[in-house]
Amino acid sequence: MSNLTEVGFEAQQAAEGQESVGPVEGRTQWQLTWRRLRSDRVAMISLAVIVIMVILAIIAPVFAALTGHGVNTAYPVTGENEVGNPVGPGVNGFWLGTDSVGRDVFVRILYGARISLFVGVVSTAIAVVLGVVIGLVAGYFGGIVDTVLARFTDAVLAFPYVILAIALAVVFGPSLTIIMFMVTFFSWAGIARIVRGQTLSIKEKEYIEAARSLGAGPFRIMFLDILPNLLAPVLVIGTLYIPNAIVFEATLSFLGLGVQPPTPSWGNMLADASNLYQVAWWYLAFPALFLLITTLAFNLLGDGIRDAMDPRTERLIAARRMRSRRAKDRKQQAAGVEAVADTVNG
Amino acid sequence: MAQRTQQDDDVLVRVENAVKYFPVKAGGFIKHTVGQVHAVDDVSLVIERGKTLGLVGETGSGKSTLARCVAGLIPVTGGKVFLNGTDITKLSRGAMRPLRREVQMIFQDPYSSLNPRRRVGAIIGDPFAIHRTATGAERKRMVQELMERVGLNPEHYNRFPAEFSGGQRQRIGVARALALRPKLIICDEPVSALDVSIQAQVLNLLSDLQQEYGLSYLFIAHDLEVVRHVSDKVAVMYLGRIGEAAPAADLYDRPRHPYTVALLSAAPAADPDTAAARQRVILTGDVPSPIDPPAGCRFHPRCPKAQEICARVEPPLVRDNSTAQPAAEGQPPDDSGQPATDVPGGWAHVTACHFPVVPGENLATAGAAAGSAGKGAVA
Repeated sequence: MSNLTEVGFEAQQAAEGQESVGPVEGRTQWQLTWRRLRSDRVAMISLAVIVIMVILAIIAPVFAALTGHGVNTAYPVTGENEVGNPVGPGVNGFWLGTDSVGRDVFVRILYGARISLFVGVVSTAIAVVLGVVIGLVAGYFGGIVDTVLARFTDAVLAFPYVILAIALAVVFGPSLTIIMFMVTFFSWAGIARIVRGQTLSIKEKEYIEAARSLGAGPFRIMFLDILPNLLAPVLVIGTLYIPNAIVFEATLSFLGLGVQPPTPSWGNMLADASNLYQVAWWYLAFPALFLLITTLAFNLLGDGIRDAMDPRTERLIAARRMRSRRAKDRKQQAAGVEAVADTVNG
Repeated sequence: MAQRTQQDDDVLVRVENAVKYFPVKAGGFIKHTVGQVHAVDDVSLVIERGKTLGLVGETGSGKSTLARCVAGLIPVTGGKVFLNGTDITKLSRGAMRPLRREVQMIFQDPYSSLNPRRRVGAIIGDPFAIHRTATGAERKRMVQELMERVGLNPEHYNRFPAEFSGGQRQRIGVARALALRPKLIICDEPVSALDVSIQAQVLNLLSDLQQEYGLSYLFIAHDLEVVRHVSDKVAVMYLGRIGEAAPAADLYDRPRHPYTVALLSAAPAADPDTAAARQRVILTGDVPSPIDPPAGCRFHPRCPKAQEICARVEPPLVRDNSTAQPAAEGQPPDDSGQPATDVPGGWAHVTACHFPVVPGENLATAGAAAGSAGKGAVA
């Protein structure tokens, strides 16, 4: 009897395409999430795209060496045609063409990716830390602390960020630090608001009361008892804020308030290209495409993580798997019937 | 601050006239208080060392609030709570810290009382970490000892609460409460969320631990049979007040407050003959709002014996002088006239009622005759 069930269990596991494990091991929330995420094709493709983009950004100098084109070097001879316009993709060893002064667009896009990803990830990371701390403090302490912090959060959310960005860039002069400061400043508030809401509900749980009755201090409770329960939504919202940060950086650079030429960024490349797209479509199209793919990948990955965190999607995926298996069975059955018919007829 | 009274050697916790009101706020932007929920209203009791005080009463009677006041989790609005002779109501958090070790809680819901994102080893090891009594390998060893003591497999140290059944989870809660070797464990309906078979296991565990470590329990429940099984003394709460308190056997055999009688008659009896023979006292109406509790005796609007005085005069909690007290085993000599024994949780049978029920009285018919309780009797 026990044999039978074991065989059945293994068969089921094999059918699901997993190796059968020996003793039953407890799966953590993260293992489960990762398992669900792995079966989400869109999310995995997005993850792959992001990984590739990061690798490309890191090894950008390799491509510079490979093509022999420096990032800020203009090639007036090979990079421009007889009337002085940029050359198109594939011409003279410029994989994605050249820009207005004959620089390699591909190499510049890769160097631009460094800035975009750096600004996106680092600013968001700082914003997440700030948002989590402020949200936790506001939600946990409540009262006047909460009122002050929550109103401040609302004020930041209500602020017209482009206007502030322009003002700051004008006063302090455009720089990467100013960009990152502004991206962080306008990202933490949304995170803080979500964390505050979650904290309000979690702090009423009995396990928080249990911790208090043990004599745990407020910071221990906030960071050891409440924070682990918040990681899931924070991870999702963090992933979804990265593309916002990337777009914000591109916007500022496009407006000339961010990364300054000749340092390439997707934003200032697009700004430069907008004067030139009638003769050099590639100059506009490729930076825009990279920007689109990157932000889309982050957004889809964030959605995937959110779905994977939700235990209800487990059943959806299982149902989908079951349907496809049944469809396969039917196909095989049909094939079998045909084969039988063939032999009979033959 | 420390204030010593006689009998302190026997008394672990002494609650004196504890009051807890929760403000009711209204208004959207600018909040203002529109009323007070009288959750606990002038309650005194004692918990003796190594004994169990049962606290019963229906939902909303203030049992849990009182327990949290005793545990120092919520500040009292008024009154005093002495733990080992020290008034804990005015202590700062830092000064309270060493006293936290003395009082621990076991919670009702084994699902929400354990953090789902932390491993069992970390949950049970928390008390050691917070009070810095043990670290590293020593902490792990102590946690595993505790797990073994409460009947859990120590190898499950690294599991998450979700991987345990309700009964096992409650054992985790017990282990956590036990970690600091407290003197008092407050059990807030520790078994009401468990299957009956599991209830017995957990109750037996609690009673074993009491004997082993000399623990005192404040045991809150609404299952009267469970309370009878575990308690030495029982106090009955109604709308934030204690209506009656007595040694367990005394209370169950000779209830004197009409509310206690009704409560006892509502409890299911295992023996069908008993169940058929007894007469149930059916209370009508709902528990009045604790925001605006009735004047006089709080039970009078629903009491089958209520008379005009009940609505006017609050009955004091007094010892029953009509019948001779049976000399219970271990009862301290009472000839010194110490009033402390009249405090609920002591040895006296005290009742807050103008017209206490006498043995043999049939409340069911009394209610029907008085007509105040409508359909009072159900055969």
